[in-house]
Amino acid sequence: MLKIESISKTFNPNTINEKLALNKLSLKVDTGDFITILGSNGAGKSTLFNAISGNFFVDEGRVFIDNDNVTFVPDFKRAKYIGRLFQDPLKGTAPNMTIEENLALAFLRAGKTKSTFSKISKNDENIFYEKLKMLEMGLEERMHTKVGALSGGQRQALSLLMATIVPPKLLLLDEHTAALDPQAAEKVMFLTKRIVEENNTTCLMITHHLKQGLHTGNRTLFMSDGKIILDLNEEERSKYTTNELLEKFKEGANKELDNDRIILSE
Amino acid sequence: MTYIIQTTLTLGFVYSLVALALFLSYRILDIADLTTDGCYVLGMATSVTCAYYGHPFLGILLAIISGAMAGFTTAFLQTRLGVPSILSGIVTNTGLYTINLMIMGYSSNIALLKKETIFTIVKTIINNSWSDFLIVMIIAIICMLFMLWFLSTRLGLSIRATGDNKDMISASSINEKFTITVGLSLANCFTALCGALVGQMQKSADINAGTGIVVIGLACLIIGETVINGRKSIKRNIFAVLVGNIIYRFIYAIILQTRIFPIDFLKLVTAILVALAIAMPTLKANFNIYLRARKEGGNVKN
Repeated sequence: MLKIESISKTFNPNTINEKLALNKLSLKVDTGDFITILGSNGAGKSTLFNAISGNFFVDEGRVFIDNDNVTFVPDFKRAKYIGRLFQDPLKGTAPNMTIEENLALAFLRAGKTKSTFSKISKNDENIFYEKLKMLEMGLEERMHTKVGALSGGQRQALSLLMATIVPPKLLLLDEHTAALDPQAAEKVMFLTKRIVEENNTTCLMITHHLKQGLHTGNRTLFMSDGKIILDLNEEERSKYTTNELLEKFKEGANKELDNDRIILSE
Repeated sequence: MTYIIQTTLTLGFVYSLVALALFLSYRILDIADLTTDGCYVLGMATSVTCAYYGHPFLGILLAIISGAMAGFTTAFLQTRLGVPSILSGIVTNTGLYTINLMIMGYSSNIALLKKETIFTIVKTIINNSWSDFLIVMIIAIICMLFMLWFLSTRLGLSIRATGDNKDMISASSINEKFTITVGLSLANCFTALCGALVGQMQKSADINAGTGIVVIGLACLIIGETVINGRKSIKRNIFAVLVGNIIYRFIYAIILQTRIFPIDFLKLVTAILVALAIAMPTLKANFNIYLRARKEGGNVKN
């Protein structure tokens, strides 16, 4: 589905702040995979997502989606089949527009049949109503409320809905529950799993929650210094205890997994 | 008095087109578009020159097209060549000075004495002193309704999102370069249309007519928003554009009529009005805190 061939990216080249963020990284993702990605700060996890979604062009290497070489395709074109959620719930929605208007924008991806100058139709409204109802947050009764008035959890749930209302080929989740309170985080995570399962969406998820990382999806990657140092499938990862994994990480990365942000506990 | 009301309404409606343009560029797209001054004269020069040669209606049409081209230039500099947004407006504005002179045949002003304009044509038909007002009112209202409709279409929604959340746009299938280009081109159509109408109405074009237009437009926009709490919804905001213009033009007409200030003071008065209008929400909030502190016995000075 997604194939990455030896991509590299250096930020601020030839300056004192030069940073090799991706180092000849290769990755092959099959359709329907749900992969979790763990790693310390600065390991290149978000940079990898930026490279996949085309926020910048990589310095070397190639990116394929469904065997199409998209290495030099700009981000807004790739966004037609890539959905993306950020840690900051404010990043996914337009605050001065209503819930309905935000969803209408997301629905643009369905595109093609809709003309540029068409308005939100009754039919669209019904679709939005049904989809919002699925979130079980009562948002379907507040379609004309400005999104800026919603809580972080509600905004993130809405962002999730927007990213998946037209099922994307690939869903990128960049710690999308990390900034939410525990209850909202659980809710958003529950919705994520349900939506991904329903559509059998291929999904990559960055997390700092070790347990969540190891128990979600069917494959787990560990990143360090712009490389994937550990790639475990469902069977492999269930064999190891947490401590053994941290030991293996240390071997691969030549350093401890930075514990500051990794949540090791239950 | 009738004269004051008539001028207020006529100028209020016609200049609301500039404020409408700034509403789109400044409020919706969040870009301070400094093309406005030059673009206003561009519209004026195009329309008056055409009227001079006997084509008043064609003049209006060409003015709108030229405005779109000016807006496109600014957007092109900004989105394709990486010129910062304020600077790209200034660059276009500077270049427009020469282009405006060229359109006016290298003369700094043109007068339309005894030439036909759309206003004189309509006047011969309905023969009423309110005919000028009627024309600009109809055009301004059409433009506002168009804007209201446009901003609720899918393209309009994309443009609104572009100004509202940059992060969201970069992760969405909306092409920011395209929406900014459409937005700025459209905004400058309105600005040029305003210049075109004013030029034919006062039967002259002057190369320096545009000085300060962007500030006046912003003043009107913000005055309107402050007075009727216009940022609640798009409909209200577009209405605020009109309200602000009528208030500003009323003050302007009073000053002209009563001569409380010498006419040379107008630009300074405008600047003070703009500063006050923009500062109003902050002043209001500070004053409320002050009142509460007085009442509840807190320390007021900090």
